[in-house]
Amino acid sequence: MPERTLVQAVRDALYEEMERDDRVCVLGQDVGLKGGVFKATEGLQQRFGAQRVLDMPLAESSIAAVAQGLALEGFLPVAEMQFADYSYPAFNQIVNEIAKVRYRSNGDFSCPLVIRAPTGGGVRGALYHSQSPEAFYCHVPGLKVVLPSTPADAKGLLKAAIRDPDPVIFLEPKKLYRAERQEVAQGDAALLPLGDATVVRRGADLTAVTYGYMRAVTSQAAAKLSPDGIEVEIIDLRTLRPWDVETCVRSIEKTGRVAVIYEANRTGGFGAEIAAELAERCFASLDAPVSRIASPDVPAMPFSPALEHAFMLNPDKVADGLRRVARY
Amino acid sequence: MPDDKPLTPERVLDAYRTVLRARALDDRRFVLNRAGKLAFIISPRGHEVAQVAAIAALQPGRDRFCLYYRNFAAALACGFTAGELMLAAFARAADPSSGGRQTPGNFGSRRRGIVIGSSTVGPQIPKAAGIGLALKWKGEGALCYVSFGEGATSQGDFHEGLNFASIHHCPVIFFCENNHWAISVPQALQVAGPGVAERAAGYGIPGVRVRGDDFFAVHAAVAEAARRARSGSGPTLIEAEVLRLQSHSTDDDQRAYRDPAELAAEATRDPIPRMRDALMERGWLTAEADQTMRDDVNREVEKATVLAETAPDPEPGSLGRHVYADA
Repeated sequence: MPERTLVQAVRDALYEEMERDDRVCVLGQDVGLKGGVFKATEGLQQRFGAQRVLDMPLAESSIAAVAQGLALEGFLPVAEMQFADYSYPAFNQIVNEIAKVRYRSNGDFSCPLVIRAPTGGGVRGALYHSQSPEAFYCHVPGLKVVLPSTPADAKGLLKAAIRDPDPVIFLEPKKLYRAERQEVAQGDAALLPLGDATVVRRGADLTAVTYGYMRAVTSQAAAKLSPDGIEVEIIDLRTLRPWDVETCVRSIEKTGRVAVIYEANRTGGFGAEIAAELAERCFASLDAPVSRIASPDVPAMPFSPALEHAFMLNPDKVADGLRRVARY
Repeated sequence: MPDDKPLTPERVLDAYRTVLRARALDDRRFVLNRAGKLAFIISPRGHEVAQVAAIAALQPGRDRFCLYYRNFAAALACGFTAGELMLAAFARAADPSSGGRQTPGNFGSRRRGIVIGSSTVGPQIPKAAGIGLALKWKGEGALCYVSFGEGATSQGDFHEGLNFASIHHCPVIFFCENNHWAISVPQALQVAGPGVAERAAGYGIPGVRVRGDDFFAVHAAVAEAARRARSGSGPTLIEAEVLRLQSHSTDDDQRAYRDPAELAAEATRDPIPRMRDALMERGWLTAEADQTMRDDVNREVEKATVLAETAPDPEPGSLGRHVYADA
C-alpha cells in the first residue's frame, strides 16, 4: 500500500471517486489548475477537465448553492470551502437549504453532496484561518459531520461521504495535512463507514473522548501519564454526527471516568454535547465528574506565536486535565 | 425555438382560467382564515397574470422551477391543482409539497420539476444557477426558471446567482416580481437606481422590464428569454412590475404604512379585469364564457376545500421521518 499524508489521502479519495463515478465533481475557489491552496485537488483538473473540477467565484454562498443545484439534478458534488472559517457566508445555504431539503419536501427531494473544509489551528493561521466550527454544523439535523485525524481515516471516510445519500460536512484538520505518512488502502478496501469511532489506545483508568488534531495531542498526554500509573483509553470519534455513543459508553463502564478533549472554544463546543450525553448515559458508572478539556473562550486564535501557544491545547495542558479526572 | 409552443387562443384562455383559479382559491383562503380555519396566508393578489403568463411561455414537465412564496398562480400554472394547494393550506398529510411541514407557499414536486422552496428570501437564486449549470451539462435543452420579489434583489445571493449563471451562460430565467413593497419597505429604500432590470447590464446579460398586468408582454419577454436559454446564449433578468393588492401576509396590515389614496388607486388596477378585457377585444372571450369559467373554478375550489378540510393530518409519529435517507 502506498504511503500518504492526510492531504494526499484526501486527494486520492477524490481521484478514485471521480474515476469510479462520473457524476462526482469538485468545485471551489482555486481547486482547478492550482490544485487548491493545500493541494487537496492537485492534478484533478488536468485529469478530469475544467467542467468536473470547477473553479468558482470567490463567493461561498454560491459555492454551496451551486453544489446544491448540481446535487438536486443528480450529480455528486464535492465543494471545497478554502477554510472552515469562510464557510459562514454559506451558512444559510447549508443550514436552511441543503440540510432541510429532504425533510421539508417530505422525502421527495434529497441533496447528496460533500462540503470539505480545512479546520483548526496551530499553523499560525490567526483568527480567520484557525477556527473549529464543527459545533455549528453538528447542531443541524439533516447534516452529517466528519472530522478525521489520520490519512487512512480521511480517505476512507471521504469516499464514504461522497457515496452517502445525505449532505456531509467534511472537516480536515489542516495541522495534520502533512504531519505523518501512513499506508493507505486503495479502492473500496479503503472505505470506512460513517459513524464508527475507533479506540486508538487501551487503558483501564480513564476514558478520553476526542477527535481531529486533539487525538495526537491526547496520545502524547497519555504517554506522559503512563509512568504515573494512569492508563488512558483514547477514543477518536472520527464522525461527529452521528457520533458513536456506544463505544464511549462501553469504555466508561470499564474506566468510570471520562474527559472530552476538543480544540474548539469550550462553551457550546461539540465536546459539551458529548459530555452531556455521556453524563446522562453513564451516571451510574461514573467515579468522577465528566470533564471538558477545551480551548479558552476568546474569539479566535491570535497570530502572535506566544498567544497562539497560549490558546492551543498541548500535551501538558491535556495531561493536567486528565490527571485531575484520574485523581478526583 | 420550435419546442416552445406558440400562443394560441386556446392556450391563452387556459392561462386565463388558471388566473381565475388562483384568485378563487385566494378568496376562499381568506374566508377560511377569517373563520379561524387557516392560520397563515401569503396572497398572490395582483401578481397572478404575470405569474401565469411567464409559466405559459415555458415547459412544465421539462423545465425546472424555483418558485417563491407568493407564487400560487405560478404553481397552478406548473400543474398543481386547487385541491393540492388547499391540502397545503390546511397542512394536511397529503400536501404534495411537504406533507404539511412547510407554510403553504413553499412549493415542490419532483415529477413536475418544481424544486422544493424554503421561506428564506433569495437562496433559490444561486441554487437555480447551479441547476442551470447541471442542465447545461446535460444538454437536453431544459432551462431553470427562478422567481423572487424585489426585496430578494438586495440579498448577496441575488448577485452571486446572477454572476455565476452569467459567467457560465447557464440556461436560467431570473424573474423578479416587483410589487414595490417588501413588507413595509418601499422600493425607494430597497433598490438603488432606476430598478431591478438595470442590474443585468453589470453581468452582460439582457435586462427587461415589463408591465406585469400585460399577459402578452410578459409572455413575450419570457419566451424570448427561453429562446436565449435553450440556444446556449445564457440567462436573462426580467422585472415584471406588479401590484401587491393584499398586505404582505395575514400577519401584516398594509394600511398601517401605505397611503390610503395609493391603495385605493391600485385597487382599481387589478390585472384580472384587464386581461379579461384584452381577451374580449380579441374576440376570444365572451361575457358568458367568462362567467362560466368563474363558476367552474369556484366549484373546483369548493370541492378542493371540502377535500382538504376532511383530509387527515400528518401522523404525529411521522415527525422524525426524512431527516436522513434511512429514517
